Amino acid sequence: MANKRIDEATQTETVGHEWDGIEELNTPLPRWWLWSFYGCIAFAIGYMIVYPAIPMVHKATEGTLGWSSRGQLAEEMKEADAARSTVRAKIAAVDIVKLPEQPDLMAQAVAGGAAAFKVNCVQCHGSGAAGSQTLGYPNLNDDDWLWGGDIKTIEYTITHGIRQANDDDLRQSAMPPFAGVFEPQQLDALATHVLSLSGKAKPNAQGAQIYADNCVVCHGDKGQGDRTVGAPRLADAIWLYGGTKADIEKQILNPRMGQMPHWGGRLDPVTIKMLAAYVYSLGGGEKIAQTTTPEPVKQDDGQPQQ
Amino acid sequence: MQATLGRIGLWFAILLLAIMAIAGAQDGGFAIQMAIVGIAAFIALVATARAHDPLATKTGMFKLPDGPEVYDDAPVRWGVIATVFWGMAGFLVGVVIALQLTFPQLNLEPYLNFGRLRPLHTSAVIFAFGGNILIATSFYVVQRTCRAQLAFPKLARFVFWGYQLFIVLAATGYLLGITQSKEYAEPEWYVDWWLTAVWVAYLVVFVGTIVKRKEPHIYVANWFYLAFILTVAMLHVVNNIDLPVSVLGSKSYPLFAGVQGALVQWWYGHNAVGFFLTAGFLAMMYYFVPKQAGRPIYSYRLSIIHFWALIFLYIWAGPHHLHYTALPDWAQTLGMVFSVMLWMPSWGGMINGLMTLNGAWDKVRTDPIIRMLVMSVAFYGMSTFEGPMMSIKSVNSLSHYTDWTIGHVHSGALGWNGMISFAAVYFLTPRLWKRERLFSLRMVNWHFWLATAGIVFYAGSMWVAGITQGLMWREYGPDGYLVNSFVETVAALHPMYALRAIGGVLYLSGAVLMVINVWMTIKGRQREEAPMTNAPYDAELDRPIVSAPALAAQEA
Repeated sequence: MANKRIDEATQTETVGHEWDGIEELNTPLPRWWLWSFYGCIAFAIGYMIVYPAIPMVHKATEGTLGWSSRGQLAEEMKEADAARSTVRAKIAAVDIVKLPEQPDLMAQAVAGGAAAFKVNCVQCHGSGAAGSQTLGYPNLNDDDWLWGGDIKTIEYTITHGIRQANDDDLRQSAMPPFAGVFEPQQLDALATHVLSLSGKAKPNAQGAQIYADNCVVCHGDKGQGDRTVGAPRLADAIWLYGGTKADIEKQILNPRMGQMPHWGGRLDPVTIKMLAAYVYSLGGGEKIAQTTTPEPVKQDDGQPQQ
Repeated sequence: MQATLGRIGLWFAILLLAIMAIAGAQDGGFAIQMAIVGIAAFIALVATARAHDPLATKTGMFKLPDGPEVYDDAPVRWGVIATVFWGMAGFLVGVVIALQLTFPQLNLEPYLNFGRLRPLHTSAVIFAFGGNILIATSFYVVQRTCRAQLAFPKLARFVFWGYQLFIVLAATGYLLGITQSKEYAEPEWYVDWWLTAVWVAYLVVFVGTIVKRKEPHIYVANWFYLAFILTVAMLHVVNNIDLPVSVLGSKSYPLFAGVQGALVQWWYGHNAVGFFLTAGFLAMMYYFVPKQAGRPIYSYRLSIIHFWALIFLYIWAGPHHLHYTALPDWAQTLGMVFSVMLWMPSWGGMINGLMTLNGAWDKVRTDPIIRMLVMSVAFYGMSTFEGPMMSIKSVNSLSHYTDWTIGHVHSGALGWNGMISFAAVYFLTPRLWKRERLFSLRMVNWHFWLATAGIVFYAGSMWVAGITQGLMWREYGPDGYLVNSFVETVAALHPMYALRAIGGVLYLSGAVLMVINVWMTIKGRQREEAPMTNAPYDAELDRPIVSAPALAAQEA
């Protein structure tokens, strides 16, 4: 320590060590720093007294406030449920067919349904419920329904799901695969005929004959589809798996058929009711008086609508 | 000659083992990784065979200065070059993944998608860029502050090259889809084992050099380096205890499962920040700030107190990464209070760094390297305030899982770690290659401003994005239902993501200037340029900050 000296610029004494030209001043700890450090330690001790903190043999100390994260969650959920309970009770009490006739309650149901939709349905149907015209997720904004678009039917579809083997009342149907059945030229004629149903191609006799022999039972003679078996309407510009000739041929050979979970066991009946009200309100709701003006549906651009 | 033959035999044996491993590999990725090991062994074999004239080949390859040296600086030179190289790689991948988040079409499946490039970015900047500058500066600093040459010089060379092999194996592994899916600890078991061997060698070299020191005391920078090396060894080993499915396959399973696995992972993850990016870089700060400023360290006492407080408190703060999870409440409480107590010990380093400039504040105007160091320490101070704040549970319930975390990390990484590393590179390059000065000081200044602007864009956009995200997630309408779906929050962040990418491009372009500058300096060029500033110097105005009693005492 023989090399202690007073540093000229700061008038502070050095410690007397030196490494590669680096010296150190013997400045005391800044007071504000020290007291802030003590303050943080005091805060830590206080916090540990009032909150769960110290692990003991069987369980940790619980803290004088009796707080726990599970308790906080339960309390917040209880509050939120309480805030909604009147509305939920009213929705539960009303027959879903009558729901659209009560605008205030319907608006509440649509808001609740929108929230539930964002958590449970957007993964497939998209946040704007526009689905995908190539991946097979139906657009819920339009008036083209596979299984029916009145509020009661929508509720049934949500409750029981589509092509899920774990529900006895589910929507079930299948289109047979035609791979290996047709010659390429026959397939081409058939696909052209399917396109002709919506005016996208010229009709041809061969295709019409094959269609009449194989497809008409479910899809109807004019391609109008059949909601009792969920057979899509072919005489419009809305497609589940694409509307080009190649897409249609692919679908005829090896049909893809979408599935939807049955939500009956996973969501409570009121939430399902609200979801049905929301989907019903999107624009394509049928039969019962509509609560919102349906937005014009663009049917020919093939793009999901936001 | 016999020693050379023995070493050639060793490399040949490793080469054979690698070939056998390729033949018996259980998955394609492992075969490719072993091929890389084989290539490394082959290169080492050839290098050993040609080692009869080691100085000549190495001088040519790395442009090393001739003549005998006081200190063993060859591994430091390689380290500086490796730092610049991996830094560029890491920053470039960072810009790419920022753009991928803005424009998802840029995900090129399968090798260049976000999921594989993201760990490539984090590992490249933390372990390749950060790790190389830490190893290089520690070898430089420990020799000079101990006035002793590196102990075990051959082992030091093994540390450098072994570490590069670790980086290459880790990086190629990510692209091949080989990962154990633990953040900042993605490399699989065989890479972990290799790094353990390299790291133990590093510890041996470092401690050996301290043991043979000619100074009575160990300088504070070396305490921090030692804390960094020791703790990272412990963290790495504990977090990577796992069982390989096959010794010839890349997959392994960890010993710890469930919430215990999560806690071990975040004990590791948090202290990777604490001891790799904080303790190690504080060591750099304690050497390069006083050297570049030409001033004594502000307070010896503060350095002792904040060192011990920092390393004692940091190790317990990991649970704050698991707030509001399955982790028991008591562990979350402890994680939070230890983080809050960590605030002042962290700031001790900032105070010591900034106040060391007392008596040399005018250099901030004239010396862009000092400017980088000051900005670096300032960002250190900001991040170490923000960190404890974010560990408070009520703040964390807003910030957790949002881009605020990303902004926080990058204000620390780009500001603190990046800036101080650039300053160290600029300090070391002329000294290591025995050049009179850097190629261009004005380019350093440009680098400083580009990097600073980049950080402002980056951190600013991520703070806004994070808080937007947090508020949107928790927003309930008057009816009591959630207002936003997740994808709507993603859409809302799009402009912020674009701004972040701009910040990344700015930061990267600054680093490009560094590459040119370092390259030209090594070549021995000097750019003809006007001096940095013509502002007149007024000694009267350039006074240190001293407390009121000290000033009164001075006047009396």
